[in-house]
Amino acid sequence: MTATDRGHRDEWVGRSVPRKEDLPLVTGHGRYVADIQLPGTAEVAFLRSPMAHARITGIDVSAALAGEGVVTVVTGADIRATVLPFTRFVDQEFTPPGLERAAHPVILPCPMPVLASERVRYVGEPVVAVVAADRALAEDAVALVDVTYEALPVVVDPVLAVQSGSPLVHDDITDNVQATFEVRAGDVDAAFAAAPHVERFNYETQRQAASPMETRGVLAVHTDVTDETTVWTSSQTPYMVRTRISEQLGIAEESIRVVVPDMGGGFGPKVQVYPEEVLLAHLARTLGRPVRWIEDRSEHMIATAHSRDQRHTVEVAFDDSGLITAIRDDFLMDAGAYNPFSITCAYNSAVHFRSVYQVPHFQVRGRCVLTNKTPNGPYRGCGRPEATFAMDRAVYQIARLLGLDPVEVMARNLIPADAMPYPRGMPYRDGQEVVYDCGDFPAALAQLRALSGYDEHARARQAQPTSTAVTRRGIGFASYIEGTGIGPYEGAVVMLDSLGRVVVRSGSAPHGQSHDTTMSQVAADVFGLNPDQIIFSAGDTSLVPNGIGTFASRSAVVAGSAVLLAGRRLEQRVRAIASELLEISAEDLVVDAGYVHVRGDATSRVSLADVYRAALPGPQARIPGGTEPGTRELQYFVPPTVTFGAGFLAATVSVDLETGGVVVERIDIIHDCGRMINPVVVEGQLQGGILQGIGGALYESVVYDENGQPLTTTFMDYLLPTSAEVPEIRQIHLATTSDRNPLGVKGVGEAGAIAPPAAIANAVADALRPLEVELNRLPLSPPTVIEAITRAQR
Amino acid sequence: MKAPRFEYRAATSVAHATELLAEYDGDAKVLAGGQSLVPLLNFRLSNPAALVDINGLGELGGHRLGADELHVGAVCRHREIERDPQIAARCPAIADAVAQIGHVAIRNRGTVVGSIAHADPAAEWPGLAMLLDAQFTARAVQGERTIAAGAFFDGFLSTVLDPTEVITAVTFPLPPVASGSAWIEFARRHGDFALVGVGAVIECADESITSARIVVTGVSDTPVRVAAAERVLHGAQPGEALFAEAGRVVATQVDPISDIHGDATYRRRLAQVLTRRALAVAADRAA
Amino acid sequence: MRISMEVNGRGVEVDVEDRTSLADCLRDRLGLTGVHLGCEHGVCGACTVLLDGSSVRSCLLFAVQAAGHRVTTVEGLADGAGQGGLHPVQTAFMACHGLQCGFCTPGLVLTTCELLAEDPAPTAEEVRARLSGNLCRCTGYVKIFEAVDRAAELMRARSGTAAAPAGAAEDTR
Ligand SMILES: Cc1cc2nc3c(=O)[nH]c(=O)nc-3n(C[C@H](O)[C@H](O)[C@H](O)COP(=O)(O)OP(=O)(O)OC[C@H]3O[C@@H](n4cnc5c(N)ncnc54)[C@H](O)[C@@H]3O)c2cc1C
Ligand code: FES
Ligand code: FES
Repeated sequence: MTATDRGHRDEWVGRSVPRKEDLPLVTGHGRYVADIQLPGTAEVAFLRSPMAHARITGIDVSAALAGEGVVTVVTGADIRATVLPFTRFVDQEFTPPGLERAAHPVILPCPMPVLASERVRYVGEPVVAVVAADRALAEDAVALVDVTYEALPVVVDPVLAVQSGSPLVHDDITDNVQATFEVRAGDVDAAFAAAPHVERFNYETQRQAASPMETRGVLAVHTDVTDETTVWTSSQTPYMVRTRISEQLGIAEESIRVVVPDMGGGFGPKVQVYPEEVLLAHLARTLGRPVRWIEDRSEHMIATAHSRDQRHTVEVAFDDSGLITAIRDDFLMDAGAYNPFSITCAYNSAVHFRSVYQVPHFQVRGRCVLTNKTPNGPYRGCGRPEATFAMDRAVYQIARLLGLDPVEVMARNLIPADAMPYPRGMPYRDGQEVVYDCGDFPAALAQLRALSGYDEHARARQAQPTSTAVTRRGIGFASYIEGTGIGPYEGAVVMLDSLGRVVVRSGSAPHGQSHDTTMSQVAADVFGLNPDQIIFSAGDTSLVPNGIGTFASRSAVVAGSAVLLAGRRLEQRVRAIASELLEISAEDLVVDAGYVHVRGDATSRVSLADVYRAALPGPQARIPGGTEPGTRELQYFVPPTVTFGAGFLAATVSVDLETGGVVVERIDIIHDCGRMINPVVVEGQLQGGILQGIGGALYESVVYDENGQPLTTTFMDYLLPTSAEVPEIRQIHLATTSDRNPLGVKGVGEAGAIAPPAAIANAVADALRPLEVELNRLPLSPPTVIEAITRAQR
Repeated sequence: MKAPRFEYRAATSVAHATELLAEYDGDAKVLAGGQSLVPLLNFRLSNPAALVDINGLGELGGHRLGADELHVGAVCRHREIERDPQIAARCPAIADAVAQIGHVAIRNRGTVVGSIAHADPAAEWPGLAMLLDAQFTARAVQGERTIAAGAFFDGFLSTVLDPTEVITAVTFPLPPVASGSAWIEFARRHGDFALVGVGAVIECADESITSARIVVTGVSDTPVRVAAAERVLHGAQPGEALFAEAGRVVATQVDPISDIHGDATYRRRLAQVLTRRALAVAADRAA
Repeated sequence: MRISMEVNGRGVEVDVEDRTSLADCLRDRLGLTGVHLGCEHGVCGACTVLLDGSSVRSCLLFAVQAAGHRVTTVEGLADGAGQGGLHPVQTAFMACHGLQCGFCTPGLVLTTCELLAEDPAPTAEEVRARLSGNLCRCTGYVKIFEAVDRAAELMRARSGTAAAPAGAAEDTR
């Protein structure tokens, strides 16, 4: 173990060290929000709208108020004066000038009440909150609330919603289009005019529920003495929760502490700030006792944001060799009854649409359409799986039309390695020009092709083009690109505690991503410690003044870099203080194993605890001139823009022609996530994402009937893949160091989830050859596969 | 999702159970494995005044495999049947089916009789009961009666059982040793309720089929026995073509419902395909 | 109703309402919050506990039904015999990165314990089928399979070493 003099070594970063998080979790001592018990806590249950669209004509809570154990019953009218509705949702809603110029987004206001009092717009919208001694009693009382509704016409299908005469979800949004944008790169019209072939395809990615195993939950308590409201919540974005509570209750952020305890998964829907979080803070303040609400699964399926749900109409201009010269994409995203994320997901679809392909001319219009459904938000991949499904199915379909091998056509359209960095002629969501930073896509595809056994498979098929077998095997490819590590920033505090231990505090709260382990690896390298010796905490707004959260594959990149920078600063400061103590130049000192020692002489040293004490304020302080006392560094990392991860995925499937059953036998993935802090953690992220992608490809679908009634409100109907549906998964890691952050990493959180639906659909199409099946709607449930086969046979 | 209030009454004997059921006059429910009933309570889709727990009744436990029948007590769990290798050897259709019920933790707790009483048209045990012509013994304070499977199921989650009756046992007559049997089903995921399931029993003599039974689940509000398809098989020579023909007949005989997991056309198709496959396996297993 | 049962090797008495699920009783009354609730309708398996040694959904069992029975939760597994006092299945889940958020982990660990008690060397197919009643949304299960294999090895090794002294004694006789 040799320490170097640059205050940073590569001892721990890059190694699959065991996770620090695990011990409490495997012994049942994790602390999720539902596990926190505060004496005197009252429990909340909600009456939620059973109607997709209705006017509320009366609410009678008298019977509920008289219910056993009931503390109070709260309606929208009760809080009208004290709790403001949601008018802003997420901080990224701000449109940067670069994006404004290129995409001209139009975003209409669409405020969302905390409790609906006049009108309900989706089944599941909260109407009345009942607070009682325990949850069962609260549910008993909910059944006693009498709400009368006057049904309004319902709009469920986003295609119908944009047609004139459709019922309106919000009266002042007269075509139900809440947000829209249009961007172009190159000269699309000319390219289409010159193209030998033009084809049009429709693609549809279904509505999904991210379904973290832990539902949402909030526990709020107000302490009069300090006038502080503490809110524990299962959220990916504690700071946004703090801001919304502050704005909507009219109290200073300084009086609100939001804490995210252990979290049982998030995957996107917990990025949003929800009515329950604001309301519980209000209830804690007004009732003067702790209140908690633990969402149950049937609530979760209607009250927590859904995702995906896009319909693309894609026109492709291409030549005889399959080279795509231009694409026009016009798509709708079914936003549900409110659109908390504005154009976030839809713009992601637009910006990632062309994936790893050149497609020099491109035009896309996205429209976020209101319907009477649960609001739509991000879910792992956030707009990218939808776009990839359209793009890579289109590549396969034009290959088919031309009689060419689809993987050849993919290869022909790739951005060559020597073209990097590659500008795309349109801005990212942060307003910065999209420039793919690095990667050798053709080499990666070739490597995956070899791994997957595609050539042998293609040869075998050529030898025997038709088969009578009932079960057919196919291999399908798809690609992905992913801007990772989006800003605006993330903060970290790195400090010494009084025992001389290194303490790291991150603004980005984890929910299974191993922040403790990976950030400790980063800090351990800076201080010559073992990751186990780093004291890590996160997810508490009292630890770091400002922060954003964990989503969009950003934590390793943005929060990790903040830890690195803050750590380096503290390391320098520690040496500077030690230099006062040891009376030797800081340049000649090394921080290692809890001490600062003279280079080449490990016995001339001071401990980090000595350094801590020496830096305390007062006349005895031994701090470098011109600096403040203390050993605490706060640093925010503001990335210049995103860094692009990319990869390819091949799915090997078998299809039962008689039942339409699809079995995914193997997934091969090659991916570039930059430098890997902890390879096993990266593998885990990919495998989890891949299985979610398989779920989206084959099993999962949130279904509504024509009256806007949700039909998939249980885990019996919303089908998550189980262990029995897991294919063999093989991975090739490429690690092209990113130069857009000091760690050289790219995000990987979402990578696995993006390409599987496209690859699996392509594999099913491949398996069914020579039939020409249309598999342009997800999920590929057995009945849809049979339907596609039947249609192709006609 | 907390259950509504009810009174919990643990029965101390079968007679006590019937008295309790009579006491609540139809507003009490028998609690067996709870694997169907408790989800309904948690969703507040069911709101009985009382639950009569029969799990403590040792006299209702266990199963007995005789020479030509399988006798199963009311608190015998799926898992107990699954783990008896002699049942699998004697009547493979039962083993095929029971292994596909949910997951081990469900099978550790859920009961054969509870599944039959619950009468889910997609469930395995009601289908097996129809396939094997099971007989149920039902007790009430007034006395005991025996109900044949064919007369038991009368609609979606509905049976002819009176709410004051408790089933104490079920007897499955077993097909002859030389017969072959199979249960084949298609579910979206491992452990899910099947979209469609098909049970088949075939007996052969001198290269031809002397007796055949076919039951299909998931295509109606109860499991259905398809006599028209059985007739196709009688006296004919077993073979793929014949089984395919039986499958086609099944498809003409069933009138499935549509739901989010599969529409009527698709279920009909599955019934056809699975019938053929089940018959082939059953024929293969026939001595 | 006042009930007594054995929880993690200790006799306990609690007052519960008839309608209180075993899961809520364990969590809220006995503080055993390693019992997680992911669905409360029997599908996810996060609430799995062992009842007299068999895996059951504690969300589908009323606490009153557990009276007189033996309940094991994940908190009661660490038997002090394995590495760091953990049960080998817990050790294996940690060693193989068999968990991310950890919400599903208690249920999966207990299901694995039951499996390995019945079959010390399960096939890959058996493992896949057996775990299918415990949903995990984070890991994609691949590393959980590895953890089950590792746990089986650890447990075989452990029973091997436990048996050794007796054999050794015979040799010296
Ligand atoms: C996740 C999950 C997956 C499942 N998958 C399947 C599956 O694939 N296939 C399948 O068949 N089942 C499945 N089940 C249901 C399971 O098999 C149940 O065990 C079974 O349906 C009911 O048996 P039980 O003993 O649990 O009955 P309970 O839930 O206790 O009772 C069910 C009903 O029957 C009545 N009842 C029970 N016993 C008697 C009796 N002796 N006399 C009169 N009435 C009685 C009850 O009053 C109640 O109305 C699944 C359950 C779950 C939770
Ligand atoms: S909480 Fe019991 S199975 Fe999901
Ligand atoms: S580790 Fe998160 S659900 Fe399994």
